Amino acid sequence: MLKQEDGKWLLSAPVADEDVMQLKAGERVFISGKIYTGRDAAHKRLIEALNRGEASPFDLQGQIIYYVGPSPTKPGQAIGACGPTTSYRMDAYAPLLIEKGLKVMIGKGMRAQTVKDAMTKHKAAYLAATGGAGALLAKAVKEARVIAYDDLGPEAIRELVVENLPAIVINDVFGADLYEMGVKAYRLAV
Amino acid sequence: MAIREIDTSLLRDAIASMAVEINHTLPADVERALIDAKSREVSPQGLQVLDELIENAGIAKEGVFPLCQDTGFAVVFLEVGQDVHFVGANLKEAIEEGIRKGYKEGYLRKSICHPFTRKNTSDNTPAVIHTEIVPGDKVKLTLVAKGGGSENMSRVTMLAPSDGWEGVKRFVVKRAEEAGSNPCPPIIVGVGIGGTFEKAALLAKKSLLRNVGEPSADPEVARMEQELFEAINALGVGPQGLGGRITALGVLVEMMPCHIASLPVAVNIQCHSARHKSVVI
Repeated sequence: MLKQEDGKWLLSAPVADEDVMQLKAGERVFISGKIYTGRDAAHKRLIEALNRGEASPFDLQGQIIYYVGPSPTKPGQAIGACGPTTSYRMDAYAPLLIEKGLKVMIGKGMRAQTVKDAMTKHKAAYLAATGGAGALLAKAVKEARVIAYDDLGPEAIRELVVENLPAIVINDVFGADLYEMGVKAYRLAV
Repeated sequence: MAIREIDTSLLRDAIASMAVEINHTLPADVERALIDAKSREVSPQGLQVLDELIENAGIAKEGVFPLCQDTGFAVVFLEVGQDVHFVGANLKEAIEEGIRKGYKEGYLRKSICHPFTRKNTSDNTPAVIHTEIVPGDKVKLTLVAKGGGSENMSRVTMLAPSDGWEGVKRFVVKRAEEAGSNPCPPIIVGVGIGGTFEKAALLAKKSLLRNVGEPSADPEVARMEQELFEAINALGVGPQGLGGRITALGVLVEMMPCHIASLPVAVNIQCHSARHKSVVI
């Protein structure tokens, strides 16, 4: 669901095609509700399961995945530091997840053309959270529990409950790329 | 000169406390560089990111959350005085015991795994340890918590002598450009020039132990640093790659002679979370 409140875009799962259509590269978005974590090893295992015809440990339809491997949770806290990890390492896996209904990915760094094409085709968006702001982003996480692949430790799939997790739209369904736009706007002639 | 005995438990304990400290405290030079960068950044997105990173450092300093969830590969530099005799546990074992202790008790992420099975070693060991024997009877112990995202963007190349300074500059600037948003800019660019294949990489890594914003004592190298710094910040990548003037907080170059056939160059990219600290025992 996407709504605008006091000029701020507020996003929560389940995310519909119409919601994604409104997310334009460069917009800041605040995410609340349930999201799922997954990085390298979890993606590999998830894709292998899907390719064997098994079900995903969570329903991918309309969901939001955050590429993160948090640091261990201290007693009394919801989670440890939890900033985004670099997204290109999930490029090999993302198109299939998008095809299966995944709507939003949160990470940092550039995506492959294959992922951008899948986003355009199946209506999904790629957002970035601030890399290296793991302590700040931890404040937005209210609950966390491992729901699959516990043996992967920091790479296990967690269900997070977040409140106003800040992110910025990098790739939208119309093919715009904020990283390319940024460099174009600020590059100086040498 | 008399032999000085040092119990390796001193190194173990120093490593354990440094592991926790560096993961919660941004080095003062880096924090200053982030604040200074605000006066030169013109992009609103870039300024927003710089503010977030400064706020993040403040939260981490409280000691609850580390600066970044990637609490790094433990890289240790040991400068051992030649008049030192270590007693107690095996030196490598003592250092790794310190890492185990620091990463466990400090709730730091264990990020080290088998290259193919990807099975985590679960205690953030082994460490990468570089040892150098120096004059004296002291030990300088340095711990770096090196993040994987920025390390992935690093490269070594063997240029031809005819490529010269222009070739080196092209390689370094292109690396920063191609790394783009991946290594969490603003970055610190460590450059090693000369030596051999592995020495260039080590020089690049060692350059990252220097303070950002303090040019090399060698005027020739300082000029190179300035030229690279200006060229990288003209790329427009900006904080987090969202566009802006501040792509790098600093460029640090270390140089030494090389073979008449070679011109080795290494670029070790460091993210803004440039965690390291040294103690002398």
